[in-house]
Amino acid sequence: MSILTKEEAQALLKKVLAFSKSDECEVSLSGTEGGNIRYARNAISTAGDISTLTLSVSATYGKKTGSASINEFDDASLEKVVRRAEELAQLAPENPEHMPLMGPQTFKDAITYVQATADMTPESRADAVAQSVQASKDAKLQAAGYIENTTSFDVVANSKGLFAYNQGTDVIFSITTRNEEGTGSGYAARGFNDVRKLDTLGATKVAASKANGSAGAKAIEPGKYTVILEPVAATYMIENMFRGFDARSADEGRSFMSKPGGGNRLGEQLMDEKVNIYSDPFNKDLPSATWNREGFPLERTDWIRNGKVENLAYSRYWAEKKGAKPLPFGANYIMEGGDQTIEDMIKSTEKGILVSRLWYIRLVDAQTLLLTGLTRDGTFYIENGEIKFPIKNMRFNESPVIMLNNVEALGKVERSISVESYRSYLIPPMKIRDFTFTSLSDAV
Amino acid sequence: MKRKEFLQWSAMGLGAFMVPSLPAFARAIDPAEALNEGIDVRLKKELADVALSAAKAKGATYADVRIGRYLNQFVLTRENRVQNVANTESFGVGIRVIANGCWGFAATNKVTKEDIARTAERAVAVAKANSRVPADPVQLAPQKGYGEVAWKTPIETSAFSVPVKDKVDLLLKVNSIAMGAGANFVNSGIFASNEQKYFASTDGSYIDQDIHRIYPQFNVTKIDKASGKFETRASLSSPMGMGYEYLTPTPEAKVSGIVTRYKDRYDMLEDVKNAAADVTQKISAKSVEPGKYDLLLDPSHLWLTIHESVAHPTELDRVLGYEANYAGTSFLTLDKWRSGNFQFGSKLVNIVADKAQPHSLGAVGYDDEGVAPKKWDLIKDGVLVNYQAIRDQAHIIGLKESQGCCYAQSWSDVQFQRMPNVSLQPGKDTLSVDDMIKNIKKGIYIIGNGSFSIDQQRYNFQFGGQTFYEIKEGKITGMLKDVAYQANTREFWNSCSAIADKRDYRLGGAFNDGKGQPSQSNAVSHGSSTARFDGVNVINTARKIG
Repeated sequence: MSILTKEEAQALLKKVLAFSKSDECEVSLSGTEGGNIRYARNAISTAGDISTLTLSVSATYGKKTGSASINEFDDASLEKVVRRAEELAQLAPENPEHMPLMGPQTFKDAITYVQATADMTPESRADAVAQSVQASKDAKLQAAGYIENTTSFDVVANSKGLFAYNQGTDVIFSITTRNEEGTGSGYAARGFNDVRKLDTLGATKVAASKANGSAGAKAIEPGKYTVILEPVAATYMIENMFRGFDARSADEGRSFMSKPGGGNRLGEQLMDEKVNIYSDPFNKDLPSATWNREGFPLERTDWIRNGKVENLAYSRYWAEKKGAKPLPFGANYIMEGGDQTIEDMIKSTEKGILVSRLWYIRLVDAQTLLLTGLTRDGTFYIENGEIKFPIKNMRFNESPVIMLNNVEALGKVERSISVESYRSYLIPPMKIRDFTFTSLSDAV
Repeated sequence: MKRKEFLQWSAMGLGAFMVPSLPAFARAIDPAEALNEGIDVRLKKELADVALSAAKAKGATYADVRIGRYLNQFVLTRENRVQNVANTESFGVGIRVIANGCWGFAATNKVTKEDIARTAERAVAVAKANSRVPADPVQLAPQKGYGEVAWKTPIETSAFSVPVKDKVDLLLKVNSIAMGAGANFVNSGIFASNEQKYFASTDGSYIDQDIHRIYPQFNVTKIDKASGKFETRASLSSPMGMGYEYLTPTPEAKVSGIVTRYKDRYDMLEDVKNAAADVTQKISAKSVEPGKYDLLLDPSHLWLTIHESVAHPTELDRVLGYEANYAGTSFLTLDKWRSGNFQFGSKLVNIVADKAQPHSLGAVGYDDEGVAPKKWDLIKDGVLVNYQAIRDQAHIIGLKESQGCCYAQSWSDVQFQRMPNVSLQPGKDTLSVDDMIKNIKKGIYIIGNGSFSIDQQRYNFQFGGQTFYEIKEGKITGMLKDVAYQANTREFWNSCSAIADKRDYRLGGAFNDGKGQPSQSNAVSHGSSTARFDGVNVINTARKIG
């Protein structure tokens, strides 16, 4: 059993800290249980069950720190890992950026754990996959998909009295359906804390509809177009921006948040007024832990408010150096939406492109956060308020910062998953003008 | 090596650094522990036999077992300080079986006979559970048992036996040279890995292997304070399947030219000096005029284009659709291969797969399902002639045996088809890079790999680079910036009009190539000589924000 209750974890870490002889000692414990099934060609290809439990110890003398970890939990092993961390700390050079450990803090309880998700079994995963495979067969398509559920817990405690515990559950599902001729492809991805919200049959039907609807795509000329990005596409584009909400890299002059001539863009109107981005551990659709590993309580934090840079994250070290207040990065990211549906957005579009999914996004230029990548699994041409026909995929070269300056409309926020990082976000569908496509792709 | 010397440098900032792509059970250890021998090979055989017997007893028709000890070391520095030194170890057993015609897999980090037997039974149970969803039974290509055999990467010095202090000293010297030459920031690091893995199967193989890889690298940043613009230049090193001897430069391993590049031995101090000069030049370089150019691509750049546009689309599992939900499928469909005349590239283009290539990242004695590696043609005189296949795929393309390119990143992950080293063969005629430059009227010479992106069937790609040199009327006229080229894979390879001869042949490579769900990493090399591609579309990537 790799999931410990708060009381079990507290008792274990108290015992570990009792072995400590260093000036400061921090211990953390994390465990996961879960499983996955991968399938392709309408049959299961691989499946696995994973269970882990790891204890890490960091010991500090002055500004010298050593760390060690172990996955054995008898008393002798617990003492051994503490001694090893202390031995390493005594021999380590000073870390000029070391900050003393934080003392006791008060954390609100998180809402990240759902028993139904924790109760998932190989059989329930197989049932979810069986529904998806059957729906794909019924639509005469080939399905390739993946389902994974995780139950996890994290604890941090230190010799100054800090103690923080969190337990959470997650399930992610993604499905790609392709027709036999290889001329149509569709995709859907879903992520939840609560598996009862997961409808693999419904998601497969969405992917199947995209696959059948995207067959026979026509080529159009690359160029600047109004685009409607479905949440999966928009998510993948703007998650690359969240890492840049960091004061240090901005102050050092090497991020899109750097101000020409020095300093950062805090307070600047960097995006359209409709853009609001924040973190909130208590959002019921995307809850997160209520503390970070340094021991900071996590609260709602606005990053972009009405298009202005409202906050940047400051580590304790960088905050002290700059005379600022420390501010941790968010554990989740949420972008506010509007009340339009995708259908509303299509209706109001004279000429444009509906994008279902983006793929292989890579940074081209850190200065402007220019990204390149391609559309995938359902790209459609819109004219006079209607979808006219599927179009071939295209490569774009666009910056999410420029893109969020060109917002025409936002839709209802949805929870979606990044295709590459597998992180979940709450992101609206968005209608963007002047989105730059630079070449055609024959890929289906 | 004395334990104290290891310890002295082992704890700097450990814990702050997120080690990438670690297997599930990797744990931090002190560097001295990396030199432990691990368990005796006779005991490994006993444990392996327990797994095979337990699987067969439960009804498996085939079973293999991998007992793995995976070591990694990361030494990271920034400017004048050490950011982190992390040594990790992961040890355990993975068991794969066929039962009821289906694959099953299970793994444990408890390496006792009892736990291994239970894990083998769990693997059979998973296979039987999976067989409830109808599918064609697994067809496994025959493989002879090799008996008890061993293989080791032919290294001179294990990177793990070199004191961490020596690595730190080298990296801080690298940083000092960069800062002394006017850089504003510099990061540098040395990554080393060692896979100690024991494989046994019901075919009668007992294979003990010791595989080493190393990756030194840096990134230099220069900021123009007046404009607020910044530029970077990364190292021109390649990760290699070598020991620490890779970091002992020799004159004969240097390739001279507009900037010095390296093969088989790497001079990190020289390269960072050149990088600092390059990055300064890059800031004031001319922004490229978009249009068609003849491209001259150095092996330090071309390896990544080969990786994305040739190596991935010739993976048979991708062709068949097993990767469709993640990285995609392939435009190299079976009908194109069956036709026997699909012109992938120009007649100059010969691309081989070679899992045993010396010094390469993918070099092993046996793959992760007990097959000795082979060398075979993928593209012959420009025509698609083969794919990359493993035992359960061989029959699909009419092979009587596997091509030996099965791999798992750890004992805790199931093995599947991963690319072997895939390389462009040098030109057959005598041709130097200087000769090639003389023949270009309007071109760009690209060195080092930068941004990269390709579609899910591997047609449309875009690549950047580290440094770009304009060629006009047969001469290099200066540095360019904001360069990226876009092409369609088939058109690009058919535009290949010249390849330098074998004197210029070098390996590049990827230390962490991702594939699969859940995603796994693979290390793989790609060799080439400098090659020319005519009339490729170049775009300008400069933009303005705010």
